[in-house]
Amino acid sequence: MSTVNYSEKIPNNVNLGEDRTLQRALEGWQPNFINWWDDVGPDGSTDHDVYLRTAVSVDPQGWAQFGHVKMRDYRWGIFLNPGDANREIHFGDHKGEKAWQDVPGEHRANLKRIIVTQGDTEPASVEQQRHLGLTAPSMYDLRNLYQINVEEGRHLWAMVYLLHKHFGRDGREEAEALLQRTSGDVDNPRILGAFNEKTPDWLAFFMFTYFTDRDGKFQLSALAESAFDPLARTTKFMLTEEAHHMFVGESGVSRVLSRTAAVMNELKTEDAGLIRAAGAIDLGTIQRYLNFHYSVTIDLFGADQSSNAAIFYSSGLKGRYEEGKRGDDHILKGQTYKILEVQNGQLQEKDVPMLNALNEVLRDDFIKDSVAGVGRWNKVLEKAGIPTRLVVPHKAFNRQIGALAGIKMSPLGVVVNEVEWAAKKNEWLPTPGDFAFVASLMGRVVDPGKFAGWIAPPVMGVNRQPVDFEYVRFN
Amino acid sequence: MNMVVEAGVIKQHLIDPEICIRCNTCEATCPIGAITHDDNNYVVRADVCNGCMACISPCPTGSIDNWRTVPMARAYSIEEQLTWEELPAELTTEQLAGEGVSPSAAEAVEAPATAATQSAATAEPGTVPFNSSAFGATMPPWSAAHAYTNLFSPKKATSATVVGNFNCTEAGFDSQTHHVVLDFGTMPFPVLEGQSIGIVPPGTDAMGRAHQPRQYSVASARNGERPGYNNLSLTVKRVTEDHVGNAVQGIASNYVCDLKVGDKVTVVGPFGSTFLMPNHPRSHIVMICTGTGSAPMRAMTEWRRRLRKSGKFEGGKLLLFFGARTQQELPYFGPLQSLPKDFIDINFAFSRTPNQPKRYVQDLMRERAADLVALLKDEQSHFFVCGLKSMEEGVVLALRDVAQEAGLDWETVGAGLKREGRLHLETY
Ligand SMILES: Cc1cc2nc3c(=O)[nH]c(=O)nc-3n(C[C@H](O)[C@H](O)[C@H](O)COP(=O)(O)OP(=O)(O)OC[C@H]3O[C@@H](n4cnc5c(N)ncnc54)[C@H](O)[C@@H]3O)c2cc1C
Ligand code: SF4
Ligand code: SF4
Repeated sequence: MSTVNYSEKIPNNVNLGEDRTLQRALEGWQPNFINWWDDVGPDGSTDHDVYLRTAVSVDPQGWAQFGHVKMRDYRWGIFLNPGDANREIHFGDHKGEKAWQDVPGEHRANLKRIIVTQGDTEPASVEQQRHLGLTAPSMYDLRNLYQINVEEGRHLWAMVYLLHKHFGRDGREEAEALLQRTSGDVDNPRILGAFNEKTPDWLAFFMFTYFTDRDGKFQLSALAESAFDPLARTTKFMLTEEAHHMFVGESGVSRVLSRTAAVMNELKTEDAGLIRAAGAIDLGTIQRYLNFHYSVTIDLFGADQSSNAAIFYSSGLKGRYEEGKRGDDHILKGQTYKILEVQNGQLQEKDVPMLNALNEVLRDDFIKDSVAGVGRWNKVLEKAGIPTRLVVPHKAFNRQIGALAGIKMSPLGVVVNEVEWAAKKNEWLPTPGDFAFVASLMGRVVDPGKFAGWIAPPVMGVNRQPVDFEYVRFN
Repeated sequence: MNMVVEAGVIKQHLIDPEICIRCNTCEATCPIGAITHDDNNYVVRADVCNGCMACISPCPTGSIDNWRTVPMARAYSIEEQLTWEELPAELTTEQLAGEGVSPSAAEAVEAPATAATQSAATAEPGTVPFNSSAFGATMPPWSAAHAYTNLFSPKKATSATVVGNFNCTEAGFDSQTHHVVLDFGTMPFPVLEGQSIGIVPPGTDAMGRAHQPRQYSVASARNGERPGYNNLSLTVKRVTEDHVGNAVQGIASNYVCDLKVGDKVTVVGPFGSTFLMPNHPRSHIVMICTGTGSAPMRAMTEWRRRLRKSGKFEGGKLLLFFGARTQQELPYFGPLQSLPKDFIDINFAFSRTPNQPKRYVQDLMRERAADLVALLKDEQSHFFVCGLKSMEEGVVLALRDVAQEAGLDWETVGAGLKREGRLHLETY
């Protein structure tokens, strides 16, 4: 029997202290979570005191509390944004009806699938990032990695809470299974492809947090519109944390670019070999990493035509990004959307029913948002007087899912044949040589205020602390 | 509103577009909807942001914590900010002077964020510009009751019914100020003395967007304007000229002053978790206010009066310094006069009484130095300052001088007041 005081140990606004059933369910799950954390969580970090941001309530004063904590003792809380008893469903066939506080029987299977899929991505990224702590380019970066890890852990809790609270025995089994699958495991892998890819080095980590956690932002935003009120409120709160992950990616790549540009200017060269010899990452390699992570991430949105997407929308389970701010009828019957396909070796646009194209709609929103951020990266180069610009590859480049899967296509969107693809592939996607080179730069730097030679220091520290603050105390 | 210090200068809250990742956290956090965005940038509305700092720590990048001293009339507009690729440089002293802003005025506008982190104890008088906000507490008094905050946001506002509205200044004078009573029916809207609420004016602004809420301090005691009822009162001054004296029609204040009994009002809040009264029986309260800054003072006084009437409260001095241009413009002049002298010690300062020298609250405070020194030495004393931003510096300076002339070390006294939640500044 556990003697944990749950309302203190697990900050929550779901009245956990008084919900015996839920408490018992979590009492069963929590030790397994800790075991999972010990087994596949951040490598070698057990004794570190990390300067973490912990949420203890959802109001502005409570959700960003900073202090040194051991990650294993992090208070993974359960938070739902404040609800509105009169909230109405604002899209799909149930539009205008009262939002659901419980799972309607007919949508049970679909809702569970959505929650499990979202939940599965959270521990997966912790697993993917497991070894990165051993090669952190600075103490500041190490702290950010750990912050992301604990928040992914909290997001897992958020989904597990929904499963336990609303899905009975099935829910408990699914919650167990979330701790049993493992990223990249041959027998029992994570559900989505990108979450079984390796995150071998910090450049990959920054690209992952920039692109793949942004996928998280869009998926969570779509779920935050859900007719199932507890899901909407949970994901709304998760979004505020997801922001930090995207920040780590966006500023991480910016700092790599800034360091590369400085080396290029110092040596007055664009020669990749010379830049690498000076210990910085050449822009070609950065572009190839970008191409890879972008294309893998846009696959996460699913097939461009999907009847599931239509069902999820019409039944009110999952809305569009910023559904409430859109001016259409929010039912979308009889409307169309343009998707891409290849006809006679040519890319063409084709009109399909909007409801079936909702994955594509969300993907396009994501694309717009990530392209804007790549524009901000280019400003770094522009300011340093470097003429090269990073570009986002064509939407059809290197796709494995949907109508564009397997089509050989240049990053600029020209269909190519096998021979051309084979000849050019190494210019477009990271090569074993690229990985080996980036890996060779990954040495651990953890003295306060010191940074590895391939990355510039950040513009400012965490929570207005100085950059050389002791973000991690190694005990 | 945004950190106004002296007529015409503000410390404008801006977001650094070079660091901001457009994550929407700040917009989701801001309790009064001061932040907005387009596809390009996230920006702060200068006329809405009240510097509450709720958005600062949740921002993952730190880009939100930027402040620029600008003449009020030249505050960067939303439209301008939306096009930015980087933050504009700070205006130089010469540029500010060109806009009619004196260097001392510019220096006095300290961003609250820096003020909070700056160690007050290390600032030596005379060598560093005096920064009054550095002494304002960020903690409530130890015996304050727990305040509920942010129960209703602009996206999820509630409504109240007007059950009373009358001019509480003398009719026919400038600075017309209304006493407005709002009833919440059965909707929970718990407030404490010292908190404020937000009123959302109906209609849209020039850009076609819903108006932002304006904040008003609660002027009634915790158990209602009418004891036992779910209602509260506000003290709202019609804004008919802006901070630099140009004629304008304030959107919310005129709307509120013109409300009729029975009208419904959209309300957000409550706000504020530090400007709260001490509740222990030996606590002294020194209240220093001008104009509508009297609202929270009225609330605290009324709660103490009710406690005293019920026989539940002993001791604890109440000392009030109240400034207005003329007696006729002073809200609640009549009712204040009728409070027993042994209950509250009232001092009025009028700055525009014909044929009389101008007197400000800080002049009165200096005259009452002996009493203030005794209170400064007493750990049971709590100081509350509320009114237009321009009064703040003078009042805190007066406190400092009073302390120093009595041989007290102000840095120690001031730091103690701040640390223990005993000096509270709420100016707008
Ligand atoms: C914490 C807090 C508590 C407040 N409590 C009260 C209160 O109890 N009673 C009260 O009347 N007000 C109070 N205010 C001020 C109030 O929120 C509004 O700023 C004020 O009513 C003006 O709003 P408006 O919509 O009428 O003017 P707007 O339409 O917003 O502004 C019109 C013009 O007037 C200027 N302006 C704004 N406020 C003032 C002002 N106070 N004096 C001179 N010019 C101004 C603006 O810069 C603008 O140029 C408080 C503010 C804060 C931040
Ligand atoms: S300081 Fe307060 S009012 Fe201003 S933008 Fe931030 S949260 Fe909003
Ligand atoms: S929270 Fe910070 S980073 Fe996010 S949009 Fe606001 S200012 Fe930008």
